[in-house]
Amino acid sequence: MVTFEVEDHDGNRQPIEAPDDMGLSLMEVLKASEYPVLATCGGMALCATCHVEVLEGKDGLGDATDPELDQLEGLPEMYDTSRLACQIRISDELEGAVFKLRGEDQ
Amino acid sequence: MITTDICIVGAGPVGLFTVFEAGLLKMRCHLIDALPQVGGQLSEIYPQKPIYDIPGYPEVKAQELVDNLMKQIEPFNPSFTLGERVDYLAKQDDGSFVITTSDKTKVHAQVIVIAGGLGCFEPRKPVLENLENFEGKGITYMVKDPEQFRDKKVILAGGGDSALDWTIFLSDVAEKVTLVHRNETFRGAPDSAAKVFDMANNGKIDLILSSNLTKIAGNGHLQSVSMKNKAKEEITVDADYLIPLFGLSPKLGPIAEWGLNIDKNAIEVDTTDYSTNVERIYAVGDINTYENKLKLILCGFHEAALMCHSAFKYVYPDQKLSFKYTTVNGVNAF
Repeated sequence: MVTFEVEDHDGNRQPIEAPDDMGLSLMEVLKASEYPVLATCGGMALCATCHVEVLEGKDGLGDATDPELDQLEGLPEMYDTSRLACQIRISDELEGAVFKLRGEDQ
Repeated sequence: MITTDICIVGAGPVGLFTVFEAGLLKMRCHLIDALPQVGGQLSEIYPQKPIYDIPGYPEVKAQELVDNLMKQIEPFNPSFTLGERVDYLAKQDDGSFVITTSDKTKVHAQVIVIAGGLGCFEPRKPVLENLENFEGKGITYMVKDPEQFRDKKVILAGGGDSALDWTIFLSDVAEKVTLVHRNETFRGAPDSAAKVFDMANNGKIDLILSSNLTKIAGNGHLQSVSMKNKAKEEITVDADYLIPLFGLSPKLGPIAEWGLNIDKNAIEVDTTDYSTNVERIYAVGDINTYENKLKLILCGFHEAALMCHSAFKYVYPDQKLSFKYTTVNGVNAF
């Protein structure tokens, strides 16, 4: 299991514990945790509605892929720490990371 | 005014298949969609992606499925209002409805079917003070009629293909075109990006890179747009129009105001016929919710079939519906 924190649109932070051996994406874990993540395209990096900002732990995530950057750069707001939750795999590298929800509410 | 039996809100795969099921029961359909083309998410977001869970298709590309659905409903000659969002719903004395769109198109129908998927795709808007005050007064999110911009000062914002394509196109129409982009490079089509850089080098357009929109101003109509670069230096550019092109995002929109029972942006339905709490209004596909709902295209197809059999009583109140297989009855065009 890996534990990281999620900050919602109102600034509230909650720890989330997720299995790191099931091939889940951060988007799937956020949805399962009832966070208001739209994820229109279902995780194909095609809609950017699962936009998150990595407040802490960016180094463990690796670089964003070209399709991910394509989507992020189409948004009105993009940060140096922006990522798509659907493209982040849950692994032990996420231990202690902090994500802020930036995508559109459900 | 357009008159039809069933007005379908949403021209995605489930909305399109509803036309087929309605047609088998001799009910005519008119479809309305906020997007300028049919197909919903499939055409707008992932046209080239393969889908593997459509019965009879081991694999089908999203756009191919939409094209086939269009072919399948051809015999029933549906009519379309595209590029317009449904705004108002007015119940008539006889129980029927009149829908009015954002462009004031009116559709009279005995039954309304909401097949709106995740909602209507609306433009993503930049966070700017007073943005709403200038919408329609200098700020527009799509180019419907390029002539609107002839001999005007136009600022486009964004870094995708739409921003690049319209910058190139409007450079021959507008008095002056300025493209504002957050980064120093574009991830859109390399050819288009190269052309935009060439045009900027030749003075045909103004290119403002590494900058974000910060302010809009005007007296009744947009007059200027301000932007700030990474060094926090702000510049202000005269403008008649600002066209932010940051992609689309689904929203439920005015349907939320129609008195329907809504749970987390989805419409609650009775699973016996996918009717809503408002008589003669049904909801099928991703936009509805019920216990154990699965957001799958094939589930939407099933819902459309049951819904049409229920709607028959409103369109043909004096007739008894008898179920017939297409293998027996065929597909009788009208």
